[in-house]
Amino acid sequence: MIDSLIDKDWVEALWLILDFALAVLLLGLAAAAVGTRDLRRGIALFIAFGLLVALVWARLRAPDLALAEAAIGAGVSGALLLAALRDVPPSGLPSVGARGLPLWLLNLGSVTLAVLLGWALLLALAGSDGIRLADLALANLEHSGVSNPVTAVLLNYRAYDTFLELGVVLAAVLGVLALGPARRSVRPAGPVLNSLIRLLLPLLIVTGGYLLWIGATAPGGAFQAGAMLAAAAVLLRLGGDATAGLPGAVGQRWLLALGIAVFAAVGLGVSTGGGAFLAYPHDWAGVLILLIEAAAMLMIACALALAYLGGRPAGWTIGDREGG
Amino acid sequence: MLPEYIVFGLTGIGLFVIGLRAALVQAAALARILAINVAGTGIFLVFVTLAYRGHDAAPDPVPHALVLTGIVVAVSATALALALVRRLPATPGEDGDD
Repeated sequence: MIDSLIDKDWVEALWLILDFALAVLLLGLAAAAVGTRDLRRGIALFIAFGLLVALVWARLRAPDLALAEAAIGAGVSGALLLAALRDVPPSGLPSVGARGLPLWLLNLGSVTLAVLLGWALLLALAGSDGIRLADLALANLEHSGVSNPVTAVLLNYRAYDTFLELGVVLAAVLGVLALGPARRSVRPAGPVLNSLIRLLLPLLIVTGGYLLWIGATAPGGAFQAGAMLAAAAVLLRLGGDATAGLPGAVGQRWLLALGIAVFAAVGLGVSTGGGAFLAYPHDWAGVLILLIEAAAMLMIACALALAYLGGRPAGWTIGDREGG
Repeated sequence: MLPEYIVFGLTGIGLFVIGLRAALVQAAALARILAINVAGTGIFLVFVTLAYRGHDAAPDPVPHALVLTGIVVAVSATALALALVRRLPATPGEDGDD
């Protein structure tokens, strides 16, 4: 270990410097991203901010979150915001003072809120008895069917939360679909981007499959894998594919329903033996979790791709009206 | 004695307040959506700091799972908000910039 070679105080000091540098960079990038008048610049800074947040998750020993943040928080959110920038006329982006409120009052309120919240956090930590759910979660890991504790929490101990979360994703994407047709396709990309897409696409799909499989034992899982597939769809769309590689409207409906349908079917299936909803039998837990995650990955990928398109792709019909 | 990694928790609070203030001050809907995302990240940072238990101890996986759920919900909400913004100019009775 390198710790034994270097004086322990030095290691501690280096960690402290790193932590403070990360904190200052985070606050600076956030302030720059929300404070700029040029929205395109703000979005670029927001993507950089997301990547820095992924580094912070890695620093705080949360590799699952680092993967998700890099792929979803910085990647997909950034792509969504950049795509939405095309909907806004370039002149229509004024940054004005708070409507109705004087700015000094708002600043005073912000500082007061920050101090109050900081104080509350310090009090909460100082008064904490150190008892966490962590010990319970880690102690029961061998019964969960997976060995990655975050996957165990997501799809076993608190599977009900994740089930309802997929419901939230579905509701949001239904809202997007209901609000109007998709954006018009961008003009076809040049040969350089096209050959890059040809190289990246198989890599993204293989990475998605890998993240799904490895999620049982190491950082990864359905969300990160779904974001990889969604990234592939975004690339295809940038390459000029109007439907971003998605199947037809009927196929999209099935994909969107799949995550919740498989989750519910497994949950009800295991409860027929007298158990509770989503209480997997011990021997089957690993297989059932992989099954649910595979369906959730496809659903999330489809939902994020549709979100990037910004509405109903060609072929959707609502009532009598054609979608595209 | 508080652990030194509390700096991340305080940074999280800072991010939340920066995002909240910008969401109130900015006029452009897109800028406000971006600001809400920054504020949300601040809340996630507080959670993950509370999950951290030092270099040598395994962190608490429960807040990690909650934040992972939060990241996915945040991007879904962002997508819906952006779709609403896109429809805003087409709404009758609105002049689009208020």
